[in-house]
Amino acid sequence: MNTPAVEVSDLVKSYGSTTAVDGVGFRMAPGSVLALLGPNGAGKTTTVEICEGFLRSDSGAVRVLGLDPAADGSKLRPRIGVMPQGGGAYPGVRAGEMLRLVAACAANPLDPAWLIDVLGLSGCARTPYKRLSGGQQQRLSLACALVGRPELLFLDEPTAGMDPQARRLVWELVSALRADGASVLLTTHLMEEAEALADHVVIIDGGRVVAEGSPAQLTEEHPDAQALRFRARSGMDTGLLVAALPEGCLVSEPSPGGYLVTGTVDPQVVSTVTAWCAQQGVLAEELRVGRRSLEDVFLDLTGRELRS
Amino acid sequence: MTDLPPTGRFTPGTFSPAPGAGAPLRMLRTHARTEAVLTMRNGEQVLLTLLIPLALLVGLANVTVIDLPEPRVDSLVPRVFALAVMSTAFTGQAIALGFDRRYGVVKRLAATALPRWLLVAGRVLGCLAVVALQLVVLGIAAALLGWSPSAVGLVWTVVLGVLGTLSFGAIGVLLGGALKAEVVLALANVIWLVLLLAGGVVLTADTLPTGMADVVRLLPSAALTEGFTDALVHGTAPALSTVAPLLAWGGIAGLVATKTTKLT
Repeated sequence: MNTPAVEVSDLVKSYGSTTAVDGVGFRMAPGSVLALLGPNGAGKTTTVEICEGFLRSDSGAVRVLGLDPAADGSKLRPRIGVMPQGGGAYPGVRAGEMLRLVAACAANPLDPAWLIDVLGLSGCARTPYKRLSGGQQQRLSLACALVGRPELLFLDEPTAGMDPQARRLVWELVSALRADGASVLLTTHLMEEAEALADHVVIIDGGRVVAEGSPAQLTEEHPDAQALRFRARSGMDTGLLVAALPEGCLVSEPSPGGYLVTGTVDPQVVSTVTAWCAQQGVLAEELRVGRRSLEDVFLDLTGRELRS
Repeated sequence: MTDLPPTGRFTPGTFSPAPGAGAPLRMLRTHARTEAVLTMRNGEQVLLTLLIPLALLVGLANVTVIDLPEPRVDSLVPRVFALAVMSTAFTGQAIALGFDRRYGVVKRLAATALPRWLLVAGRVLGCLAVVALQLVVLGIAAALLGWSPSAVGLVWTVVLGVLGTLSFGAIGVLLGGALKAEVVLALANVIWLVLLLAGGVVLTADTLPTGMADVVRLLPSAALTEGFTDALVHGTAPALSTVAPLLAWGGIAGLVATKTTKLT
């Protein structure tokens, strides 16, 4: 009964000289929602496709619902629902036809007409796939993942290209799936999404797991400490600031130009920081006090600069 | 997890897992029907599978571009039938598979409970349905032009139609399953044109110089044309020399395709 929905250890996958996944490991409890969070190119899709049985890892172990996806694919596939990243329908197929085809592959499918309606696709059920908007294509793809009433769903960037209403709907669906006992593994680069949906967040970057835990664990690693953050010129000498602050306060620059003051942040500390900035002749931008958001954790771990 | 406000949109239990594979026959029927319907809905495919063979049948029956024994329509039907099978099962199938891979359709379906054999069988059955429709339409057009085949010939035509579709289909899957969509598109059309003009279809092998004729007879296009000629013009079973190349091409292409066909 307590077989993990997904269990991955020491997963490695290279494409030529590029190592896409470099020792990823995590464990997903049945009936839970796990978010693989990471920037583009972090190795999320490769990891998911290995779990789905589409790619073979170079090394490492994968168990999905207790099965090896590479060897037991035909036993596993009837039990999972897959939403790949982009595409996944005949260009000329009508939305309703595509969903009925996928539904026919399942033993006890949801009613395709109902699902089309729920996902707001009634108006375009007879529209060829290639003429659907990006968001409509995404919703159809999600419907295809759901329709077979799977035990475990893999949703690769489920809300990419969706407007806020559609995103909200996807969140509601994921919550309803979880409430009904299904497990959901989703990838996202939206911190807000991971924070709202996931029981467990695995942050990956450069093919490695850089942090994992519940959103609360990740954001409250120092429950007593508060944090003050601000942005200013990068590389400033913070020695004088540290000297001016009360004992126990630490100053760091986790990413270039992003400063973090931890400790007991009281009004005096805020005043000291702004006074020091004034002395340096810089304006402290985006100054805020509070607990770390998942976004802070994510950016501290993966860096703030854009990467190609 | 932050609890979203209850919306009442979904009754609890709506998504309770109830996984499992669908009934194989239902999967096969739905997949094959989707494939066939999409082929017939695609304008370029209809041009290739119906309009060109129909134009050749009507045109060559009435205009003396190439020498044909009288009645002209009788010797045209086997060639047009062979062309129709080749167009759908080879060119159409190769291009469709190439682009279906590009658009992630094959992967999408491979991610469902659809077993691998059904993934192939559904496409084959879809192809057979389109070929059957083509042969009926072309047969009606030929009948209006004065064609009257024997019953024995028609039975052998059905057998050859299935064999030709499987054989050309295997070659189509081999091409469409291995290469990039644009390359597949170009090659499938070029090969179609070469086989039509020089592969024993428009000009049958026995009208070619001896050395060339022996080579052309080994091609599936010439084999299928001669097989249809045996059945429909002579009213006999197709000669082994027409069936053997079809079996060999289909068997070898099918075997290689199981190794080279990619999902994306």
